Amino acid sequence: MKIKPYSQNSFTPVPSAFTKFRRNCVIWQFFRFIAINIKMTVLILKSHH
Amino acid sequence: MARVVVLGGGVSGHTAATFLAKWLGKKHEVVVVTPNSQWNWIPSNIWVGVGGMSKQEVVFDLAPVYKKGNVDYRQAKAISIHPEGSSDTEKQFVTIEYTGQDKVGNSEKLTYDYLINATGPKLNFGATEGLGPDAGNTVSVCTADHAVHANEKLDELIAQMKSGEHKKILIGVGHGMCTCQGAAFEYTFNVDHKLKEEGVRDKATITYITNEYELGDFGVAGMHIKLGGYVTSGKVFAESLYTERDVKWIKRAHVNKVEKDRVHYELLDGSQNEETFDFSMLIPPFGGVGLKAYDKAGKDTTSKIFNPGGFMFVDADYSKGGVPYEEWDADDWPSYCQNPLYKNIFAVGIAFAPPHLISKPMKSPNGTPINPTPPRTGMPSAMMGKAVAQSLRDIILKNATEPTHTAKMSEMGAACVASAGKGLFSGSAVAMTMYPVIPNFKKYKYGRDLNGTFGEIGLAGHWVKYLLHVAFLWKAKLKPFWTIIPE
Ligand SMILES: Cc1cc2nc3c(=O)[nH]c(=O)nc-3n(C[C@H](O)[C@H](O)[C@H](O)COP(=O)(O)OP(=O)(O)OC[C@H]3O[C@@H](n4cnc5c(N)ncnc54)[C@H](O)[C@@H]3O)c2cc1C
Repeated sequence: MKIKPYSQNSFTPVPSAFTKFRRNCVIWQFFRFIAINIKMTVLILKSHH
Repeated sequence: MARVVVLGGGVSGHTAATFLAKWLGKKHEVVVVTPNSQWNWIPSNIWVGVGGMSKQEVVFDLAPVYKKGNVDYRQAKAISIHPEGSSDTEKQFVTIEYTGQDKVGNSEKLTYDYLINATGPKLNFGATEGLGPDAGNTVSVCTADHAVHANEKLDELIAQMKSGEHKKILIGVGHGMCTCQGAAFEYTFNVDHKLKEEGVRDKATITYITNEYELGDFGVAGMHIKLGGYVTSGKVFAESLYTERDVKWIKRAHVNKVEKDRVHYELLDGSQNEETFDFSMLIPPFGGVGLKAYDKAGKDTTSKIFNPGGFMFVDADYSKGGVPYEEWDADDWPSYCQNPLYKNIFAVGIAFAPPHLISKPMKSPNGTPINPTPPRTGMPSAMMGKAVAQSLRDIILKNATEPTHTAKMSEMGAACVASAGKGLFSGSAVAMTMYPVIPNFKKYKYGRDLNGTFGEIGLAGHWVKYLLHVAFLWKAKLKPFWTIIPE
């Protein structure tokens, strides 16, 4: 991907190499999987009336 | 004995019917009227549309499941509602027309004590000239069959790319009043992922076209999340992802005409533009399915029960429809999903008429509305189905005089997982939660509770998306312990 100055995508943040690594790192993502499930469960419990 | 008739066996109707049948037992009747013989887990159609799953993996036959669940299943579509009966019967009824069960085309009057309208959306391809698979210019992933067709077309395109041709791909929404940007978002990144897997990503330009004011609006006025020491708008994360994946975007667009190789669109600034493509998937606008209503004398009363878009009135504050965005209130949204005129009629999921948009209404100088309409995604739809089922259980079994359970979108959250590519170790998805769905600026500075609103992209999101696929199909098939799987 090329970013041309003053093009549509030249003012957006892009992930660093470390961020990209973390997104695909199985060990880190395993913990994120648990965290996401907890967050979603809390949301579900909050939403039932 | 009470008879509850559920129109529509999709996400919300299936949830309502299966819980009610379980709670009411054999002393009462639960009837589902739905035109398809198979149930479809719609979110996974995205994967069918890129060849990551087969149709068989996202559908199952309804008849055996309803038999097991003690639900009287009519493979038929509802045509009209007669909430006061007719000149020859006091009893309220719906007219249905069979689409299967060896009775295709036969009409029947089906009486009810309670009615749940869960008929979902009409895929209104006709709203934009040339839009949709029938017109032959664009594909869709809204049904499993559409998705199979989309994948066939995508495969043809990939074969051409492999022989060295460069192709233009356009994905997004096909009208200024569309909702369901999430599905277009997912398909964009799944196509990107597929092209990478096939080794032809450098042969394609991918463009996303949307009616959103900013990327990340999703018809819910966007969302803010806490991350990296900032409270940041979802727009920033959305644009970042499009940039990272090298997807261009066209925002604030109303597609007004589609031809074989191009779309014509108007922007919010009133300009008229064109974009060419070799392959395009555009989501259609949604309408109500066009049910009619009649009073006892046979007079057409459709406009008393349904709004002009065909969605059913419930206990929302519709007087707020015409007031400025700044005066909208979380309380405008319905609590019980109950029709104000006929208290034994309820509408859940996409079938109910929202009081107004969630995103800010916008018009071009030519008067063209260009704004997303309110989404009612899977989780809120299923929650509405369950809340109405709980209310009816209490009314029927415990003689409650009013509905006992609420499903107010301004008091419930939504969890969404938007796939950005399938693969056990190569996949990714954006996992999001927002609380509440309807922003409440009186209560929260950014409209939502920042502790209940978050989003992140990664492999874990893909695992969650796959888990939801397995869990919701398990639940919909009424397999052991299905009731403990949350909506
Ligand atoms: C491609 C795509 C991807 C999506 N992905 C997600 C996602 O990842 N997460 C999420 O939360 N949501 C997602 N959604 C949205 C989700 O599918 C809807 O929110 C949900 O299906 C709405 O439920 P419903 O019961 O209102 O409508 P539906 O599930 O559409 O059910 C309506 C039912 O009514 C039936 N019907 C139609 N006309 C009649 C009639 N006249 N009489 C009787 N029955 C009738 C239909 O056949 C259907 O079975 C996606 C939608 C699409 C199109």
